[in-house]
Amino acid sequence: MSKVVENRYEFVLLFDVTDGNPNGDPDAGNLPRIDPETGQGLVTDVCLKRKIRNYVLLTRQGQPGYDVFIKEKAVLNKLIEEAHQALGDEKQGADRTEEARGVMCRRFYDVRTFGAVMTTGENAGQVRGPVQLTFARSVEPVVPLEHTITRMSVATEAEAERQQGENRTMGRKFTVPYGLYRCHGFVSAALAGQTGFSEEDLDLLWEALVNMFEHDRSAARGLMCSRRLVVFRHDSKLGNAPAHTLFERLQVRRSNGIHGPARAFSDYEVSVDESDLPSGVTILNRL
Amino acid sequence: MQYERKSRLFRVRVWGENACFTRPEMKVERVSYDVMTPSAARGILEAILWKPAMSWRVHEIHVLRPIRWASIRRNEVSERISPGRSSLLVEENRVQRAGLILRDVAYVIHGSFVLTDRSGQDDNVRKFEEIFARRAAKGQCFHRPYLGCREFAAHFQLLDPNAPDPVPISESRDLGFMLYDMDFSREPPMPLWFRARIEDGRMRIPFPGSPEVRR
Repeated sequence: MSKVVENRYEFVLLFDVTDGNPNGDPDAGNLPRIDPETGQGLVTDVCLKRKIRNYVLLTRQGQPGYDVFIKEKAVLNKLIEEAHQALGDEKQGADRTEEARGVMCRRFYDVRTFGAVMTTGENAGQVRGPVQLTFARSVEPVVPLEHTITRMSVATEAEAERQQGENRTMGRKFTVPYGLYRCHGFVSAALAGQTGFSEEDLDLLWEALVNMFEHDRSAARGLMCSRRLVVFRHDSKLGNAPAHTLFERLQVRRSNGIHGPARAFSDYEVSVDESDLPSGVTILNRL
Repeated sequence: MQYERKSRLFRVRVWGENACFTRPEMKVERVSYDVMTPSAARGILEAILWKPAMSWRVHEIHVLRPIRWASIRRNEVSERISPGRSSLLVEENRVQRAGLILRDVAYVIHGSFVLTDRSGQDDNVRKFEEIFARRAAKGQCFHRPYLGCREFAAHFQLLDPNAPDPVPISESRDLGFMLYDMDFSREPPMPLWFRARIEDGRMRIPFPGSPEVRR
């Protein structure tokens, strides 16, 4: 195990979607999530965390310490599931809460990274992870499109009879033609110490943020990919500058001479102001 | 309570895109209170500096932006995890929960701290005051403060003691009973309540132990 993370970090992830639905809204019949007041598209924090977990599960399969607790069947099916060794007698009980938490943190990447609420202990079964993600928002308003699609088959006999052998069903699909989304995240060194989140874990987090969409292809998603990952590293545990002043250094503007609806990443220009950084802050361009 | 065990008043401006100060009576499908609770404000101050030797008191919370709402529905899991299990399959423990959350919020928290009985020989108010002021001015924090839930990160800024108060919204309402804080001296911790009102955008918070704080 490499050493525990001892620096504060903030990061900005830019990712985009082309003709796909990055995150459906269950309240709106799976339309892409939209902030009704601004028209900006939204992707929830939990949606992105799911992808990070899936990436770790796919790429670190079978490595001790990189198991993932919150699993998805779809991903499990892609893997050759190895028989898990039982933990032995890791019994619950308040006196063993600490120990149980330690075991969970050491074994599961997602518990170590995002924290977890556990059944152990009255109020102590909570692990706060060092990594905090916020909702991602699109840089400009997005316009969701609705597509009606047909399927040349039916699911049930009854449907076939109703259609007198037509055997066609209609479906609906929603996409965003193009959207560039911006997500802010935080890594707190103090909490990293509490869960044992190491430098190696941090590198895996960056790797996951860069590559997570590569392993998340589906009919609904369209083309999604991470475009920029800019990391602000503080020299110290507590940080050397207010987070909002660092986030403001990354600006996304329209490229020169490009007007009308954006349809590609090249329609935008991303600039990171690296001049007179506060002392103790360095910028790492991970993508 | 000796006088020098009390710190001076700090004013911290906090803001963020979303917030959810969940009402305890609506915890499953979360519904936020209209404004930040004293316990959430205490959590923000503690995220910047906390030691067992000190205890934060929130005096006032000023609301700087109009109270606006957004509804969000997310997939969540209904289970807590238990050691000894190798994993939790999300599809088998899936719940969709809506949340009624606040958007585009900004507050000024007025707070001070007192020394607790756990303070030692070399703990004193001046020391902690300076550490807090230094940290908050530099944007340093122990962990990222948040507005009710961790996905709603908060930005913060210490107001200069000589700077005027930012102008709060000109609105007055009775907010009914609001969570004051949890009393952690009992097991399990007991919630405490108070009658919350905003008057011209300002919410006054009663002191611990005052008769306004109900069990």
